[in-house]
Amino acid sequence: MKLESAQGDLPAAQGSDDSFLRGVKDCLPTLLGYLSIGFAAGVVEKTAGLSIAEIALLSIILYAGSAQFIAAGMIAAGSTISGIIITILFVNLRHLLLSAALSPYFRHLTPFRNLLIGALLTDETFGVAIQASARKKNISEKWMHGLNITAYLNWIAANLAGAYLGQWITNPEQWGLDFALPAMFIGLLVLTVMSRSKYILDITVGGISILIAVGISILWSPSMGVIAATVIASTIGMVMEKWK
Amino acid sequence: MEVRPDIFLIIVGAALVTFIPRVVPLMLLSRITIPEWGMRWLNYVPVAVMSALIAQELFIEDGRFQTLSANVELIAAVPTFWIAVKTRSLLGTVITGILSLMLLRLLF
Repeated sequence: MKLESAQGDLPAAQGSDDSFLRGVKDCLPTLLGYLSIGFAAGVVEKTAGLSIAEIALLSIILYAGSAQFIAAGMIAAGSTISGIIITILFVNLRHLLLSAALSPYFRHLTPFRNLLIGALLTDETFGVAIQASARKKNISEKWMHGLNITAYLNWIAANLAGAYLGQWITNPEQWGLDFALPAMFIGLLVLTVMSRSKYILDITVGGISILIAVGISILWSPSMGVIAATVIASTIGMVMEKWK
Repeated sequence: MEVRPDIFLIIVGAALVTFIPRVVPLMLLSRITIPEWGMRWLNYVPVAVMSALIAQELFIEDGRFQTLSANVELIAAVPTFWIAVKTRSLLGTVITGILSLMLLRLLF
């Protein structure tokens, strides 16, 4: 326990750095990002011809921005059911890596409790969690649920708002809404790199990852691009750190 | 307010292939001790994944390389990065990104 200065005038807040409520609070800075991406997803899904009920189901049981954008685009393009599902499988294989990276922090929990944490894991909540772990060296289960559930509810609300308003917004790109997703990734990357001060190694790994992602995406497929870039660039980072 | 059967199948199938990669490593890897080199490897995964996703958003369009001269997304990424480094605010970064691209599309 760290010695705190005498500011604890709120007894409930004392020693609650790892509480559910703290997780909710730590999610707040990402909410507008979620809102704009979720709103954009809702608009795109609506313009792809999906009903409000279908959009609600998408956000509730799929709950993955990139997968929802892909599903909407491929449904509008008349792709087959299996084609859509296989594409989404490849895109979401990256979650294997995120889930694996978080696993050391939750190894004391039962598999079922790990399942509950993993079920709502996203790029964004992962980014917030890994950044927090760099700061305090551990991640509490309650804090993680606070973070995950806040993000989840906000996402569903944003999707539905986008779906309703999507009836009037015919051109989401005109408003720059399609840049919400990359801007969020940029923010998460910068925050991650700045929080751990391994600048040279991190920038080298990031640069290699960019080159491989672009190369493989052009030569093979964009989903393989992300997977190959992640595996190769992380391995190079690991080896380089050993040399130092 | 209806859910078509084929759309329902797509949603359930997509949800399943999204759910499994999310939960399996957390459920299994917590049973096994990860060696030191494995932890070091996992340390670089976030930076590598996010860099790859950003690269795809900025440079790839329909599986092809986007020409640099006509790439407004790439230009919009410059102020977005700058604000991220200066403010360390996710919210400010997202707003800057959206506004930058909106303005660039108005201008060009």
